[in-house]
Amino acid sequence: MSDETQNPLRDAIEDAIRSNPVILFMKGTPEQPMCGFSARTVAALQALEAPFAAVDILPDPRIRQELSALSSWPTIPQLFVNGELVGGCDIVMEMHETGELAQALGVEQPDEAPAAASAQAGSAPLSIENRLG
Amino acid sequence: MTTSMATKEELKARIEAGIPGARADVRGDDGHHFEAVVSAPAFAGLPRIAQHRLVYDVFGGELGGRIHALALQTKAE
Repeated sequence: MSDETQNPLRDAIEDAIRSNPVILFMKGTPEQPMCGFSARTVAALQALEAPFAAVDILPDPRIRQELSALSSWPTIPQLFVNGELVGGCDIVMEMHETGELAQALGVEQPDEAPAAASAQAGSAPLSIENRLG
Repeated sequence: MTTSMATKEELKARIEAGIPGARADVRGDDGHHFEAVVSAPAFAGLPRIAQHRLVYDVFGGELGGRIHALALQTKAE
């Protein structure tokens, strides 16, 4: 049985992972990544023109703490697809090279992607901080 | 109290001690950023993410802290 969590930040992170089919937790923003590993991961997603939500973990150290506690993954970035952790920079790059990333993201059929999802992508990085305010 | 810098030799030894049968090739000389290629029989049949977790688990909370970055490539053997 799982305890009711009394941790609003963790709830917000879980909700963000649940409600965004592709979400990247990173240092900085897609427009201005603050770490090479985050930058490379963003570049791979952008190369596939995959729509994704992004969360900057830098504004509050608790975001990273709670995220890593949730995912059991120690490093940033972390890419989630359909609620599941896909991996960090190394795994995403390896999957990008083998074509598995496109497959996981379902970007081989861009015509099927809903226009609304594409419109939201990238331009408005999700900010967990704001959601708590 | 000393927080000694991590070395590639230390990382190699800890990975090989922490994962039965593992062989690790670790590079990186700046004390913070490392690259490792790790092969282990324990990886067989595991998805990549689980293979990486096994290596991460060797270092616990040190990753992202004392060891800033560990670029990882894993192979089952």
